Amino acid sequence: MGPAMFGKLTWAAVPFDQPIPLVAGGVVLVLLLAVLVWIVVAGHLPYLWREWITSVDHKRIGVMYVLLAAVMLLRGFSDAIMMRAQQAVAFQSNGFLPPEHYNQIFSAHGTIMIFFVAMPFVIGLMNLVVPLQLGVRDVAFPTLNSVGFWLTATGALLVNVSLVVGEFARTGWLPYPPLSELTYSPGVGVDYYLWSLMISGVGTLVAGINLVTTVLKIRTKGMSYMRMPIFCWTTLASNLLIISAFPILTATLAMLILDRYFGFHFFTNEAGGNVMMFMNLIWAWGHPEVYILVLPAFGIYSEVVSTFSGKPLFGYRSMVLATMAICVISFTVWLHHFFTMGAGPDVNAIFGIASMIIAVPTGVKIYNWLFTMFGGRIRFTTPMMWSIGFMVTFIIGGLTGVLVAVPPADFLLHNSLFLVAHFHNVIIGGVLFGAFAGYTYWFPKAFGFRLQEGWGIASFWLWLIGFYVAFMPLYAVGFLGMTRRMQHFDVPEWRPWLAVASVGAGLILAGIICQIVQLVVSIRDRAELRDLTGDPWDGRSLEWATASPPPAFNFAVMPEVTGGDAYWEMKRRAREEGVKEVDYQPIEMPRNSPTGFVCAFFATVVGFALIWHIWWMVIAGLVGSYATFVVFAWRDHDEYEIPAEEVARLDRENVAARRGLVTAAGIA
Amino acid sequence: MNILDPQGPIAVADKTILIDSIGIMLAIVLPTIAAIFAFAFWFRQSNPSAFYWPDWEYSGRLELVVWSIPALTVLLLGGVAWIGSHQLDPARPVPGTGQGVTIEVVSLDWKWLFIYPDQRIASVNTLTVPVGAPLHFQLTSASVMNVFFIPQLGSMIYTMNGMVTRLELRADQVGNYQGLSAHFSGDGFPDMLFDVHVVSDLDFASFASNTVKSDRALNGDSYKQELLNQSVPKDKPSYRLDDPELFQAIVTQKIPPGPGPQETAKIGASNVR
Repeated sequence: MGPAMFGKLTWAAVPFDQPIPLVAGGVVLVLLLAVLVWIVVAGHLPYLWREWITSVDHKRIGVMYVLLAAVMLLRGFSDAIMMRAQQAVAFQSNGFLPPEHYNQIFSAHGTIMIFFVAMPFVIGLMNLVVPLQLGVRDVAFPTLNSVGFWLTATGALLVNVSLVVGEFARTGWLPYPPLSELTYSPGVGVDYYLWSLMISGVGTLVAGINLVTTVLKIRTKGMSYMRMPIFCWTTLASNLLIISAFPILTATLAMLILDRYFGFHFFTNEAGGNVMMFMNLIWAWGHPEVYILVLPAFGIYSEVVSTFSGKPLFGYRSMVLATMAICVISFTVWLHHFFTMGAGPDVNAIFGIASMIIAVPTGVKIYNWLFTMFGGRIRFTTPMMWSIGFMVTFIIGGLTGVLVAVPPADFLLHNSLFLVAHFHNVIIGGVLFGAFAGYTYWFPKAFGFRLQEGWGIASFWLWLIGFYVAFMPLYAVGFLGMTRRMQHFDVPEWRPWLAVASVGAGLILAGIICQIVQLVVSIRDRAELRDLTGDPWDGRSLEWATASPPPAFNFAVMPEVTGGDAYWEMKRRAREEGVKEVDYQPIEMPRNSPTGFVCAFFATVVGFALIWHIWWMVIAGLVGSYATFVVFAWRDHDEYEIPAEEVARLDRENVAARRGLVTAAGIA
Repeated sequence: MNILDPQGPIAVADKTILIDSIGIMLAIVLPTIAAIFAFAFWFRQSNPSAFYWPDWEYSGRLELVVWSIPALTVLLLGGVAWIGSHQLDPARPVPGTGQGVTIEVVSLDWKWLFIYPDQRIASVNTLTVPVGAPLHFQLTSASVMNVFFIPQLGSMIYTMNGMVTRLELRADQVGNYQGLSAHFSGDGFPDMLFDVHVVSDLDFASFASNTVKSDRALNGDSYKQELLNQSVPKDKPSYRLDDPELFQAIVTQKIPPGPGPQETAKIGASNVR
């Protein structure tokens, strides 16, 4: 067991001298072990393995994605609150976080929030909902879907391992060279970043391929493109962007890996390397990435606003056009992330104007939601509150975004806390509020009971107010010249604003606590919150046409669609013509498979070994993952049959409950 | 460091564009926000006097308006952006009194070196410039990327190793300001603040003639010894410039880039401070 056996890995990698990561990591480790022990002792392991870990059911995978996002949100948020606390006290002092630790924290915060909170949250919701909205039984590639999820989990795991074994990147969430090159970052931090994202990037790519194929190829009878719910359209656009943008990220990170591991010179100072190439490449992925996140959120708002206004979405065709316009234009604006690189006035102006043009379809969307509310009967449920909060907040974020798209304004605001406030304005106010709206809206569909409203509303207000208290001061301090990522500062004018911002972070913490309480209370009171009909909100699209939670096969009989808002039409018809008895057929569904989990296990081994240069372990892991692939490729039975009687039994229960709903609504 | 308190023509123009753009956008943003609140309030389920149009989903006229409002705004702002980018291109010369001063800026880990090739002087973390004169900055980096930014004088610009960027500024008020690096560059990054002294022509001349007599000489050797390695300097030395080609030597990498952290024994947490 000499040192060479474990590459660069020695006991020195564990930060015994740094109490904060050690204690944090230790607590997480103990909690994790406690949960594992409880699962095994209480005998839940076979259930978990059978029903979740090896599940290829898109609903289960969707739920696991969202769970991953929720857990990582807690990690990312603890980073955030530490940063706000540090900047609140670091006036002419070192604060409580030394630079080498603070720099890891802001790098981890950005990486985690984008890749392991926002991404899995929206991908999870798309996975859960899109096949239901399309009226189909599964996604195009169920096992691949499971592989995608577990590879994302691998990336998240590696980022968290870096907390206690070694270090994370200290370069910012996008590791700009030459700072991220071996010369200036000799530690393993950047390697943790690179391999986490390489592995989870593969997961994201296969999720994208899966969802695009599902939307394009697998829709129920009569579900033409122009009858799809908007959420399916935004899913299509977002996943098209994933397929076209993530390979750029993978290639860029691969080049940086070649630089760091094999002495290549893509981005080094020496030997003809070019750091500007990295900036262009990373943002050619990075800007579409913003729309990968926000487009599904736009879809969620469209569904929510329409449902809770009791009206079809206003301007459906405009919405589709706007979505696809954003999808295309988002690839033509990346340079606005570095107007201050000296590219020259024509280039800056063209990219500035292209960036503004995106604001046109986005503005159209805002107006369409506005006119969806016009003439409606608005119910202020939690998802609707998130949506209205979003509309107001996002307009402000859009304003500041267009402002920094004006090159001369950006010459003053680039990299400032104004910019930090802007992108939190659109990511929290746009993506996260949307994810929370979708979480509350579709929770009853996934679990069969609603989330308790009171705690949801409380959490909404705390998040909303907390957001404004935390980020409006950052806009102000940006005007005062403060730049991002400062571990300490000497400018007295900045101090009060940063103090207020830390109070905002505290309010957001209270909002998160409310969400946790909401979940606990809802599980406790699930009997009262039960959704028997499968249609708790008087919904309009097909996910509400089946039970909550839906059976494994989603729909006992494939629905037939005759127009937009398919389920709304069905309800209307059922009221007029009554509910018809149907002819049940046996259904074939894909078999569960441990492929995804095993694959991710080996990916974790490979990733960890690559980070620490443990070459024998890299080879072992690669052999293992290849073997997994071979075993999967040689499988004999990949489907099982659910007999017609079973289908009928499951469906009749739901139809009975639903009949009451149709009659009640008919009278009202 | 307040960008809303500009002290030079570029900063004034940048700020004007910033304020104008906000104004243009507020003209549509405020009514839209008001409409969101108004519609949400009026069409609440519990309001019996609000009408209910359960099937209303399209209006060609409204759609036209809906596309036109943001399109027209962007048309206007796009014009601002086009003209602004050209007039305020960082490399575009700024008029002022006299020939102006050429300053070669080198960002190092973690300090700023200002070289005045014509005055044959240099200084670290202190930039002294004459009031009213055009300031011709040529910028590079000795190691990683940074951004050179004096908020009250306007436009910022990246510094990159092996490359030269250009920036033209002018300071119109005598006084002391602050500059900083606006791009994260490692552990010593928050200490990359520098003082900016805008002084009268006379004071600048005497500053130059005093500094040129300094007993600290800057050439390739002293640069490598005193500045190139990672450190946060405690004082702000000035030098007489021994080697007028120093900046060229840095840009062309005749002097190799900064070496990065020197203490690599502990891989787990390689701290350099």
